[in-house]
Amino acid sequence: MPNALRKPWVGIALIAAVLVVAPLAVGASLGNAWVRVLDFAALYVMLALGLNIVVGFAGLLDLGYIAFYAVGAYLYALLCSPHFGIHWPVWAVLPLGALVAGIFGVLLGAPTLRLRGDYLAIVTLGFGEIIRIFLNNLNTPVNITNGPQGIARIDPITLFGQPLSRPLEFLGVGFSGVMLYYYLFVVLALGIVFVGIRLQDSRIGRAWVAIREDEVAAKACGINTRNVKLLAFAMGASFGGISGGLFAGFQEFVSPESFSLLESVMVLCMVVLGGMGHIPGVILGGLLLTILPEIFRQGAGPLQQALFGTVVLDPEALRMLLFGLALIAVMLYRPAGLWPEPRHRSEYKQ
Amino acid sequence: MTVLLEARRVSKHFGGVQALKDVSLSINAGEIYGLIGPNGAGKTTFFNVLTGLYRRDGGEVVFGGTPLRLSSPHQVAQAGIARTFQNIRLFANMTALENVMVGRHLRTRAGVIGAVVRGRGTRAEEAAIRTRAQQLLHYVGIGDSANRVARHLSYGDQRRLEIARALATDPKLLALDEPAAGMNATETAALKTLIEGLRADGLTVLLIEHDVRLVMGLCDRVAVLDYGEKIAEDIPANVQQDPTVIGAYLGGAA
Repeated sequence: MPNALRKPWVGIALIAAVLVVAPLAVGASLGNAWVRVLDFAALYVMLALGLNIVVGFAGLLDLGYIAFYAVGAYLYALLCSPHFGIHWPVWAVLPLGALVAGIFGVLLGAPTLRLRGDYLAIVTLGFGEIIRIFLNNLNTPVNITNGPQGIARIDPITLFGQPLSRPLEFLGVGFSGVMLYYYLFVVLALGIVFVGIRLQDSRIGRAWVAIREDEVAAKACGINTRNVKLLAFAMGASFGGISGGLFAGFQEFVSPESFSLLESVMVLCMVVLGGMGHIPGVILGGLLLTILPEIFRQGAGPLQQALFGTVVLDPEALRMLLFGLALIAVMLYRPAGLWPEPRHRSEYKQ
Repeated sequence: MTVLLEARRVSKHFGGVQALKDVSLSINAGEIYGLIGPNGAGKTTFFNVLTGLYRRDGGEVVFGGTPLRLSSPHQVAQAGIARTFQNIRLFANMTALENVMVGRHLRTRAGVIGAVVRGRGTRAEEAAIRTRAQQLLHYVGIGDSANRVARHLSYGDQRRLEIARALATDPKLLALDEPAAGMNATETAALKTLIEGLRADGLTVLLIEHDVRLVMGLCDRVAVLDYGEKIAEDIPANVQQDPTVIGAYLGGAA
């Protein structure tokens, strides 16, 4: 018993140590650009975990998920920038972003309750595009979003009087801005992981999975499928809203082009590649799909230079090519994802 | 003897096809009531109308003294009618235990905040759900399979699991749609024992079944549907002698 008790704590302590040291080690060895990549990895993990509730748990295919990220980001941008001259504190804006994104989730969910699969995917895809196009065009007659130019000079996230964009010296160790953001993002991502795990193993989580498995049977079991599906949309969307707010504060700039369909597809890929419905798998998917493309982008050019003496293929094009090949390989050889829930593995092996 | 469920002139049509035509029947509390008829007679349609999967076009259903409005399936389940399906519909990738735990959804309350905070109340509720689900699995005789994934269970056990899941909603009326379909003689005999046990424990059972021997041996009363109309309702011995019923099954001049 003491052994069984101690073991998980050893693992948790190890993970915690790695998470704490990672930005310092990466910053010292590879530079702050790579710490920035870690920041984005944490943001995308949050997004993937949010989408996992909708797609992985409740089985509702959503191709417009990035819209909720956009809602959170623009809400932060409007409430914390000189655009309207409003400067709300972050602790008020982030929960509000979660709430507003959740409401948008219900707005998307309500008309699509009777749709499933392909049909739902098409409607959600349209919804994502509508939000982006709105953001692009809401600069006339009243300038709300500043159109394609986006909103600039957004306030950085400030905690305890310390703007996270500014370096900080603490216990003799120098932390750059991207490192401070990293710690905030990781803490919030862990919070979202915690909420996700608790929800999965609960009455609500079981109802989501029941709907995914067989909606008619779920209804016959007394599940109010309408409310439970709307709840899934709202929960998933609110996670997206929080990460959107963080994104806006981190970049200090938002514009509609950050919220294209490709972004929705990327987040969906993270969920599917990692292992739909399996939280550790989804985290892995989010990390891999943020960090690996970055390695290709930065590594492909110098590598070709060294091998052939010239750059044969544009690194950007090569990155998408390799990404596509990797997707095909995973779908062929590990159709349930890289790290699926153990009991789902055999499903695809017949 | 009190009437638990009364259907009055229930009708349903799909386009030009009259699937149910003024079907009236009443089920007494504590009895096993059989619903039989040739293929396409409207038995499953009646089930689906009763449990809210289809909207009825006319007529009314009174359950436990209160009229069931045109309601959705979860409201019917809330009122106390649980069902199984002709082609088994389990949550295939969940364990047997989880399947039954889903059945408790209706009688429990924990929401998102409860799930995340997991306070004492939620933990107690969750433990109660688990205990009850385990009891029900034992009750239907598959207690040892609690942690097996539903789709890996044998056919007969899947039928039993579906019954356990239905029982988890604390029904007053359990509606079974062809529970013996595809079962061998041994499994059918065991099913018969199970259904008799349900009645002994005070449950009312509505049974659609093709296996005439099972129906005749099990049911207190039987109704016969043919082309969407009720052509007989009586104790099994009388129904078997009824010339209209014989005609419906054998295609005679009825």
